[in-house]
Formats: sequence, C-alpha cells, structure tokens
Amino acid sequence: MNTMSEKATDREEIEYLLPWHAAGTLSRRDAERVERALASDQELARRFDLVREELSETIHLNESLGAPSARAMEKLFAAIDAEGAHRRKPGLAMDVRTKVAEFFSAFAPRTLAFASAAAALVIVLQAGVIGSMVLNSPEQPSYKAASAEHPVGINFYVNFAPKVTADEVTKFLRDHKATIIDGPRIQGTYQVQFREVATKEDTARILRELQNSRNIIASEFEATPAK
Amino acid sequence: MSANQATSDEVLIGRIAKGDRLAMQVLFARHHVRVYRFVLRLVGNPTTAEDLISEVFLDVWRQADRFEGRSAVSTWMLAIARFKALSALRKKPDEELDEETAETIEDTADTPDVALEKKDKSAVLRQCLEKLSPEHKEIIDLVYYHEKSVEEVAEIVGIPENTVKTRMFYARKKLAELLKAAGVERGWP
Repeated sequence: MNTMSEKATDREEIEYLLPWHAAGTLSRRDAERVERALASDQELARRFDLVREELSETIHLNESLGAPSARAMEKLFAAIDAEGAHRRKPGLAMDVRTKVAEFFSAFAPRTLAFASAAAALVIVLQAGVIGSMVLNSPEQPSYKAASAEHPVGINFYVNFAPKVTADEVTKFLRDHKATIIDGPRIQGTYQVQFREVATKEDTARILRELQNSRNIIASEFEATPAK
Repeated sequence: MSANQATSDEVLIGRIAKGDRLAMQVLFARHHVRVYRFVLRLVGNPTTAEDLISEVFLDVWRQADRFEGRSAVSTWMLAIARFKALSALRKKPDEELDEETAETIEDTADTPDVALEKKDKSAVLRQCLEKLSPEHKEIIDLVYYHEKSVEEVAEIVGIPENTVKTRMFYARKKLAELLKAAGVERGWP
C-alpha cells in the first residue's frame, strides 16, 4: 500500500517536471529520472507529447509578437547619454556617498549603512540628492520611520527621475506634504508617504499628480496604506 | 542559452558597470526582443512594452555594478522587467489598458471555434494560450519560451520552487479546460 502511494507521488512529481524536461532545463539527474519514467509509462509518455505540443505553440505565439521598434533603443541610449556625465565624477560621488552613509547610519544598522554606501553610483547620487536635501534644508520634510503621528495617508513607492535636483525633490515633497519613509531599496526605489490623503479621491489625485510630474518622479506604484 | 553566452553576459555586465556603452549595445541587441515579448505578454500594449524595456535596460545600466552573478543575467533582467510591467499595470486603470490593447494589437487570428472548423488544432492551442490569466501566461512563457528552470522562475516571480511546479501544472490544466471548451479533447487531465 505504502509502495503504491509512493509510486503515485513519484509519478505526480515526474508529471510536474515534464514541462522543464521538454524545454531541456532540468538537471541531468532529474532529466534521467524523467526519461526512465517515460520509458516505462505509456500514459506519461502520451502526456509528455501534449507538453511538447504546448511548448511548440508557445514558442510560435511568442515569435509572432514581433520586435520593438528602434525607438526603444534610441530612448535608452538618450537616457544613458544624459546620465553619462554623472557616472564619471567619482570625486563628487565619493563626497555624496560619505554624506549619505553618515545620514543612513543614524537610522539603520551599521551593516545596512555600509551596504547603502556600496550601492550603485546612480542610486547613490539619487540618495545623495535626497540626503543632501534632508541634511541641508531646515524646513524640509524629514526622513523618518512612519509612525502613529500620521493617522491617515497613503504610501507610494517611487523612483526619482535621473536628472532631478535636490530643490525639485524638496519642493515636490513640501507641496504634497510628503515624507520619504524608506529607501533606497532595490532599483533605487523610495517609499514616500503622503500624509493628507484620506479618501480614494485623494489617492487618485495624488496618483495623477505623480504621473504628471515625470520630470521629478520617473515611476511609482501604490504601497500598502500608511498606518 | 548556452554556458558561453551566460559567461559573456556576465563579462558584458562587468564592462557596463565601468560605463562601457558598447557593451550595453551588445547586451541590448542580444536580449531586447525576448524582454520585449515578455513585457508585451504582460501589459498587452506594444508602445507601453517598448517604453518599459527602455526602462529595464536603463536599470541594468544603472545597477550593473550591483549584479552579483548569483543568477543568469537574463533571469535578472526578466525579474526587473516583471517588476516594471506590474508597476505599469497597477498605475493604469483596467479600462485604459483594455482600450489601448484593443487598439494596438491586431487580432488576425480566428476564434477558437472558427479555427477548429478549419481543423487547425495548433491555432486553437495558441488562441487558448492567449486566454489564460496573466499569472498563467507568465509562467508558461517563462518555462516554454524563455527556457527558465524551476529555480529561475522562482527567482523571477518571487515564489517558492514547489509553487512554481504546481502553478505550471494548474496553468496547463486550465489550458486543457480551455481547449476542451473549444472542442479539443486531449484526454488530460
């Protein structure tokens, strides 16, 4: 009985692996295991034929999607060119990096502070823009953890535009009564809390305003509601 | 993807981290079509997909010095692409995306019923692949078209490996149900 159920489980496991076997992406050991099962199980072999059929048509479907126009490449390299100068200013970067590392070390464990300091140059520059804004401007919204201080609000994850200046970020945050509460995360994303948001209409308005501020906010998506 | 290409992708990333624009062009030429198709299948709009792949490769340019080589470069890029695509989907109201999709994707294929009348089982299968949920489309594309292993899919989608296997199984099961509804009985499940 036990052997039968073991066999059934093993067969089920093999069946789960059939798509990867068809695509040739299994480890040698798993591939051999599947091959042995296929050789001794006609029904499994029939099902494998169905998998191969699906694989073939999925490739056909994707290949029929065409390719992007040259616009995608032009846009990319225009953006890279725009950033080029920033990547070649190590002196400035080191200066900003030190400043940002000191800033973040006040809020995060030492290891995280150094991890932030070791982040990609552009991310550091972005952090530097925001860091210097927080450090140098007395009237600025501050970088601090979300707390019960703000009973309502909405959080968005945002990526700042590559060429944004400290003044622009400062003004944007002040105008929207917003605070950076986390970041930079992977891909240079920051979490920003908009405090004066209580209704769905407010959220929709903020989203529209973010989307209309592409010179400052490159992209955004809504995070969990602020508590 | 061959082991040699995997290695040279990593070499390219190393050069990109140092600001090598030519290495970026090579990487873009090598991967942009597949990344575009992956994004297009998620967002359903060619213009949006083009914008997003520019953003994906710009992130690669910016973050190349943080790439640790624990996964293939293509896996890393697909993970970034997925993040961008889902962010774009969250930003736009459903109706806007649907309208754009309807306007920009030319549907020249027969409906499943018509295709079946023409005895074109392959076309029916492709029609049914289009009808899957985004979650199921995504996993089927990653496994069959992008040739990603269980571990790589888990990394791209951000789910455990066992969930990858069961999700793929249920995606295939759903596909079989759609085929059955379109008149194609395959005797499974």
